[in-house]
Amino acid sequence: MSNWDKFTNSFFNARVAWEYAPKILDGLWLTILLAGCIIVAGILAGLVLAVIRAMGIRPLNWLIIFTVDLFRALPPLVIIVLIFFGLPAAGINMSGFVAAWLALSLVLMAFSEEIFWAGITAVPPGQWEASRSLGLPFLVTFVLIILPQAVRMVIPPLVNRTIAITKGTALASVVAVPDILGAAQAGVSFSFNPTPLTLGAAAYLLLFLPVVIAGRWVETRFAWKR
Amino acid sequence: MEDFIEAFFNFGILAEAWPILLDGLLQTLLLSALVVPLGILGGLILALLSTARTRWIRWPLMAWVDVFRSLPPLVLLVFIYAGLPFAGFEVSAFTAVAIGFFLNTGAYYGEIMRAGIESVPAGQMEAARSLGLSRAQGMRLVVLPQAVRNVLPDLISNTLEVVKLTSIAAVVALPELLFQARQAQSVTFNATPIMAAAVAYFILLWPVVRLLSKLENRQLARRA
Repeated sequence: MSNWDKFTNSFFNARVAWEYAPKILDGLWLTILLAGCIIVAGILAGLVLAVIRAMGIRPLNWLIIFTVDLFRALPPLVIIVLIFFGLPAAGINMSGFVAAWLALSLVLMAFSEEIFWAGITAVPPGQWEASRSLGLPFLVTFVLIILPQAVRMVIPPLVNRTIAITKGTALASVVAVPDILGAAQAGVSFSFNPTPLTLGAAAYLLLFLPVVIAGRWVETRFAWKR
Repeated sequence: MEDFIEAFFNFGILAEAWPILLDGLLQTLLLSALVVPLGILGGLILALLSTARTRWIRWPLMAWVDVFRSLPPLVLLVFIYAGLPFAGFEVSAFTAVAIGFFLNTGAYYGEIMRAGIESVPAGQMEAARSLGLSRAQGMRLVVLPQAVRNVLPDLISNTLEVVKLTSIAAVVALPELLFQARQAQSVTFNATPIMAAAVAYFILLWPVVRLLSKLENRQLARRA
């Protein structure tokens, strides 16, 4: 067998690919589900924290800032491992899926809070003053005047960060979640052939390449006007 | 509460696990000291090439960057570590990590530096050229310093992410901080070593997070 045949036989083996494609596809759905849950929970929690921070209650703000710093400084895999292998010692058992969801949601919460907050503070104070002098109460001003401008401003960094953290779903394979990577690794050890990994990589490209390219577009579409 | 302290902040266990944890921390620092410059070098090459005028260089480059930004780093690492041996290349965990990080973080650094170079007005290069500097000199002495300054927060932020990312090397059994903590945990049946690793990461990286937070806010305030 020539080297080229050996190479295609290992990495692009049709028989192995056919056998493991359904498993990878299951993994793909699981990855999408996990990513969706993380995006919803993380961004919502981040937005809520940013809104609370805008109310300016000192001790609460210190707590928020500390929490945000904590989850920005810790590697996501460390948080996942801590939740999955550590919490059972405190009597709390979670499935790998829930552990990965919780960990990555906390990370996304921290980053999106920081981004939303930066957007809120970047809205010129004149907007506040104008709205309040028109007789609108604090909350109405905040929700209808400040937040829409802030959110629009922060869309590019928020999209980029969300993509980056969503790619972290691959880390769930470490705590035995059969996501794309988990299914691919299982496939390799059963078939002793790396084709499932090729399929897995292709699945990730299928999933994230359009998002990354869309991210480029968002960056120009919502770019800062200079 | 006592059970909790027993399980997560057990000083007896910590004293026992201390030597391996310290060893892991050292490995994490060494690994970071290797992969950060490697990634910056890769990114610089990509960014400089992307200033090429012909699209036959720029487009493949963009595809390269987008592919490696789309693949989760862990997937890349596992592919290199578990896949390459089938192609006849035996790679050590360390080599696999170095290659994976070079490809992944290089793409990110490359994007950042390209944005930096594009943020410097074209007149800067023209002025440099008309003063008699070569294109290379103009790039090195005039454009790049301004480019780096413009994207400094992004560069620092990416470096923070890279240092955090070194924890995935644990998956290929490279004995860095997280791996050592897991080892210690599975021997002692106690979560204290993982907690200690988390605290170590936090102490190491918190100052960087604070600095970034300040830089980002200032940048946004200037733009608004």
